[in-house]
Amino acid sequence: MKEQIIARRNEPWRDELRKNLKNKERADIPRVHMNELDPEYRSHNSEEVNLGLTAEQAMQEAKRCLDCPNPTCMSGCPVSIQIPTFVKYIEVGKFLDAAKVLKETSALPAVCGRVCPQEKQCEAQCIHLKMKKDPVAIGYLERFAADYERESGQMSVPEIAKPNGIKIAVVGSGPAGLSFAGDMAKRGYDITVFEALHEIGGVLKYGIPEFRLPNEIVDVEIDILRKMGVKFLNNCIVGKTITYEDLHVDGFKGIFAASGAGLPNFMNIPGENLIGVMSSNEYLTRVNLMDAANPESDTPVLIGKKVAVIGGGNTAMDSVRTARRLGAERSMIVYRRSEEEMPARIEEVKHAKEEGVEFLTLHNPIEYIGDERGRVKQMRLQKMALGEPDASGRRRPIAIAGAIDTIDVDEVIVSVGVSPNPLIPSTFKGLDVTKWGTIIVDESTMRSALPDVYAGGDIVRGGATVILAMGDGRKAAAAMHQQLSSD
Amino acid sequence: MNKIVSKEYFSPQVVKLEVEAPLIARSRKAGHFVIVKVGKKGERIPLTIAGADTEKGTITLVIQAVGNSSKKICELNVGDEITDLVGPLGQATHIEKVGTVICAGGGVGVAPLLPIVEAFHKAGNRVIVVLAARTKDLVILEDQMKANSDEVVIMTDDGSYGTKGLVTNGIENIINREKVDLCVTIGPAIMMKFVSALTKKYEIPTVASLNTIMVDGTGMCGACRITVGGKTKFVCVDGPEFDAHQVDFDEMLMRLSAYKEVEK
Repeated sequence: MKEQIIARRNEPWRDELRKNLKNKERADIPRVHMNELDPEYRSHNSEEVNLGLTAEQAMQEAKRCLDCPNPTCMSGCPVSIQIPTFVKYIEVGKFLDAAKVLKETSALPAVCGRVCPQEKQCEAQCIHLKMKKDPVAIGYLERFAADYERESGQMSVPEIAKPNGIKIAVVGSGPAGLSFAGDMAKRGYDITVFEALHEIGGVLKYGIPEFRLPNEIVDVEIDILRKMGVKFLNNCIVGKTITYEDLHVDGFKGIFAASGAGLPNFMNIPGENLIGVMSSNEYLTRVNLMDAANPESDTPVLIGKKVAVIGGGNTAMDSVRTARRLGAERSMIVYRRSEEEMPARIEEVKHAKEEGVEFLTLHNPIEYIGDERGRVKQMRLQKMALGEPDASGRRRPIAIAGAIDTIDVDEVIVSVGVSPNPLIPSTFKGLDVTKWGTIIVDESTMRSALPDVYAGGDIVRGGATVILAMGDGRKAAAAMHQQLSSD
Repeated sequence: MNKIVSKEYFSPQVVKLEVEAPLIARSRKAGHFVIVKVGKKGERIPLTIAGADTEKGTITLVIQAVGNSSKKICELNVGDEITDLVGPLGQATHIEKVGTVICAGGGVGVAPLLPIVEAFHKAGNRVIVVLAARTKDLVILEDQMKANSDEVVIMTDDGSYGTKGLVTNGIENIINREKVDLCVTIGPAIMMKFVSALTKKYEIPTVASLNTIMVDGTGMCGACRITVGGKTKFVCVDGPEFDAHQVDFDEMLMRLSAYKEVEK
């Protein structure tokens, strides 16, 4: 791969392009701003907030990339996208070629261009940062190229090796499973993806809201996988509908377990089972997967006027911004640490604030109070201060004695993390699992204690990001392929 | 997929459907449930599996039309397809030989009770079934229960059939008559609450199969959570059967009303 990166960089057109502008001139171009919907307008509908870049903006932004001989940005990408190559194609206006480069290593470029925390990954490794300049907006460019290709109607289907007839099962159709499926299909394997829900896409469908990742975008990427020969079977729970043994009987030679982090965590405080208190998984699944806010949908959802979301991660931001869109007059983030420690992407926090979300940082709920019918009406919040750093390196929140606020609420969404779904660990005899229920794998191959079972994504990590899950899928695919080829 | 092969009315509101689902028919056990969704914009609702035929590759569902979604399912006819059907879900009933078992069912809970009655009877227990209904026309599955148990006691609120009285009266009569080692109850939450209170008085171990609000049914959302022995449990993955004496039925009843005002 290293040779390919160098060879591509040495192509005459790249050489020529580098000479067009001095590095200093490239670095002096200001970073592009994402075009966004107006905050007041967007906080009343589910339209996508980020509008993407225009072709002119993308080509200008692409000029900022210095096309480094040693592209450090790539080291920050869990799926090793050849970043300078696709960026330079954008600079010269060859957008479809740029999209093809993305698809070489990413099964979901239009998704990654929207939800990856690039500021912590590729962009965090950009050479510009060393010169105190803003990094190249790699994420925006990725999204631009993927969107351009989709809208052009000339979607390319990655090249597939000659079918080898070897059947491989994928458990779960979220980012890890889709990434694995794409890579294995390219290698010629006969892939079947089993999904427990009625829709394909996992967390991309039930979790991430329409205003951040439209379902249509996900469906188009899944359609490409179908065209690559990947089969999808919905409403089928591996471990329940069919067992590990059934998969063997059906001739599957390898299994990739990517069943995700299913179970929502609660805080076990009084009043948490009152009506109106629910997990972000429940709230987002109702609204995103079941379309509950649509009058035509049979699934109901409680519409709160005073909504508190407990937690500071991306899921908390997704929930609170959803509540705002469904008509909450007061929508609050309640987080026990300060804003600096929040795990959510800076962009999500910024968008939430623009949309009128209040941030009650350094507050921790200790009790919910209900009315006579068992509906939540108030929350009691313990005020916190920051102490010494804890194991996570973040400053530990400490309760301030006696400092308790009582705030009126009619809906509370608990978004304090998830635990792995126990279905696979409990039904695949012989797997090694941690005390948290995550599957233990060899980190370099993602292979579990069962020789034909590999695993990745949140079932291994506990609760991470789309792109880390996709990286796991790629790694597992490479390792399983190597094992099956050597057998 | 999921084609309906037969339909029978137990009463104007209660329908029995036999549905093609070969994989579920093969893997299901007594106590398991499925999630059913009708139509693209349909709601996911849990239904306990009332039986299966592995040769035909079908499962049996008994549905009472109470809300919008259950009505939609009841309106389906032979040849129609259930849009989405997934399972088997939950933990299977723990079946063993304990001695004498009372199986008490009310309303639509009678149907999912049948496979449990069969299983306990096959395991060599003396099985006494107590079926409760408001009136004679609502008594269902009497013959099937008789064929798979040692005795069937019918209780009706209005005395139009069997003995007049509540399910708890029927159970108490048996307890006063002979030694009972286990009670299994399925029915409306309020009925199970009173059955549980009665058997607690007599210190008879009791299992209740709970039917709560669910979305995914696989542990993902937590809509089904209840308190058992002071701890939060998910009915979908930890249940649906629990030690009835530990279940907070009042909380469960309250949570069942969550969407009463917004149900579409």
